[in-house]
Amino acid sequence: MEFFDVFLLEAVINGLLLGGLLALLALGLNLIFGVIDVVWISYAELMMVGMYAIFWMYTIQGAPLWVAFAFGIALVAVLGAVMHWFVIRPVLSAEPINQLLVTGGVLFFLQAAATVTFGVEFRNLGVRLPSVNVGDINLSMARLIAFAVALSAIAATYLFLNRTYMGTAIRAISQDRAIMPLMGVNAGRIYLLTSAMGGGLAGLAACLLVLQYDIHPAIGLSFGPITFLICVMGGLGNLVGGFIAAFVFAQFISVGGFVLKIEWGYVLAFTFFIVTMFIRPEGLFAKRR
Amino acid sequence: MKPNGMRNFALVLLALLVAAPVFGVGVYPMHLMIMAMLWGYIYTSWALMGRLGMVSLGHGAFLGVGAYTTVLLWNAQGLPPLLGGVVAVLIAGTLALVIGYPCFRFKIVGHYFALVTLALSEVVRLVIVAMRDVTGGSLGVTPNPGLTGGASGSVWAMQFADRVVWFYMVLACWLFALFVWHRVDRSMNRLALQGISEDEDAAASIGIDVTRTKLRIAVLSAVMTSLGGVLYAQYQMYVNPETVSGIGVSLQIVFGVIAGGMFVMLGPTFGAVFLLALQETLRILVGNQFHGLDLLIYGGLLVFFIIYMPKGILGTALEAIGRRRTPTPSAGSSAPPPGG
Repeated sequence: MEFFDVFLLEAVINGLLLGGLLALLALGLNLIFGVIDVVWISYAELMMVGMYAIFWMYTIQGAPLWVAFAFGIALVAVLGAVMHWFVIRPVLSAEPINQLLVTGGVLFFLQAAATVTFGVEFRNLGVRLPSVNVGDINLSMARLIAFAVALSAIAATYLFLNRTYMGTAIRAISQDRAIMPLMGVNAGRIYLLTSAMGGGLAGLAACLLVLQYDIHPAIGLSFGPITFLICVMGGLGNLVGGFIAAFVFAQFISVGGFVLKIEWGYVLAFTFFIVTMFIRPEGLFAKRR
Repeated sequence: MKPNGMRNFALVLLALLVAAPVFGVGVYPMHLMIMAMLWGYIYTSWALMGRLGMVSLGHGAFLGVGAYTTVLLWNAQGLPPLLGGVVAVLIAGTLALVIGYPCFRFKIVGHYFALVTLALSEVVRLVIVAMRDVTGGSLGVTPNPGLTGGASGSVWAMQFADRVVWFYMVLACWLFALFVWHRVDRSMNRLALQGISEDEDAAASIGIDVTRTKLRIAVLSAVMTSLGGVLYAQYQMYVNPETVSGIGVSLQIVFGVIAGGMFVMLGPTFGAVFLLALQETLRILVGNQFHGLDLLIYGGLLVFFIIYMPKGILGTALEAIGRRRTPTPSAGSSAPPPGG
């Protein structure tokens, strides 16, 4: 029984570490939703593109790892802006559900683009970080780093939104899309900037994931649904709610997967999501209106 | 508008379709026609609720329940698919009730409805994968052969060596779906649901039972979709979790309908034909060496359609024809919209 508890503790800690990553992904998606009011179903696919970009730069071009990381983040940030300009901007005044679906088209497009370019084989950087032993618990260094970086990025984003002029403008737009343009805020530019920021956060997530997971065209599908369910559960556009929900979800996946089987962890998490929606349709941490 | 001309044209096309197997169609065109009608049936079932403001990204769940329940009951318990199919449809209907009731009761609409249903389709896919001891996991499962001693077909096992049997079976289902569409289109339910999709509170205030009206259409749509899953599994004699459940097929259903046009009766079918034609053309043109190229063009086209042609190909075309003919306001002004 003693043994069992150690493994359970390990699952809980791994869940915590996974939660940091999911929180980072959820933050980017939430930011975009909060400001532009569009759910990017293809958000995790942007991250997938970032992972391939890093793989291409590091393994094929032979660049140093930090250059590959910078390249990945920059590319996905640009991709976010491009996506906004060419895909989202034309449907800004369309039905909300069409906005959701158009990003679904982008999901197929990016997934297929990755398949055409890199094939369906599993790729990895071949970078192996050591594991850390604390007592009987084995922790992966890559996960610890990912957790720390993700939390720092979230803190930085928070400070940016609350302490800078641009951040204030972004928050203002998200509070009232109709009035702020009259106050002299260029809404189009804010949208573009937010999309690029959201993309950049996906790029950062790609840097962290590429150290832990193999890259393949469908990897977005393993993280996409989870990410937007987290956002919905936390209340779409509610950054703090999404942050907490990410950790709740991660515990379901990690501990549920440990006690049962890995897929059952996901089943539990999704079922929990559906039940939550029935109890609090606007999300667990939605602001009361 | 000349509704009669349109109707006669449609009847001639239908007659040609019914007679097609008699003239001896090759195996490949036959297969394509069956697939087009089967997906046309499934898309039409989805569009029953989709066009009335309930955009479900969870129809993969019902498709998966239909396909897997039938196959598993047959393989593990020996229950003939004809009966297993009934069980599968009942389970799918119950699932739709269990998920639909709270959704509609607590006013989960729009984005939230789409994402809850999406979670549902992922749950079904993951359960299938997780129960790999029974379901075969991601590798999929094949129904046990039910044809013994050189029999050409078995009704109980729903297995037929001759594609013509499948052709007429799927044709019947597809026509049934169009009939249901027509009936829904002419019913008070459609008017009620249109009101609901515009403004739920206002609709409730004039005495529409919002929850019940929505639930009725949603369960109908789910049940019909699950039957599509049953047929798909028995026709293909192979299913795997990715092709009948999860986010992929759920989105494919929605996109097919949108590409065809979800507000006209034949729109979903047109979308099914269009997607199939696109897929097969690309497969023949580029072959298999560029794996994923067909999906690339498919994804690009979807983005294009939703931005520039939200009413779909057929919807836009019919509208253009209608606009050219409107100068004669006498015909069809008092009749309800023909819906296709």
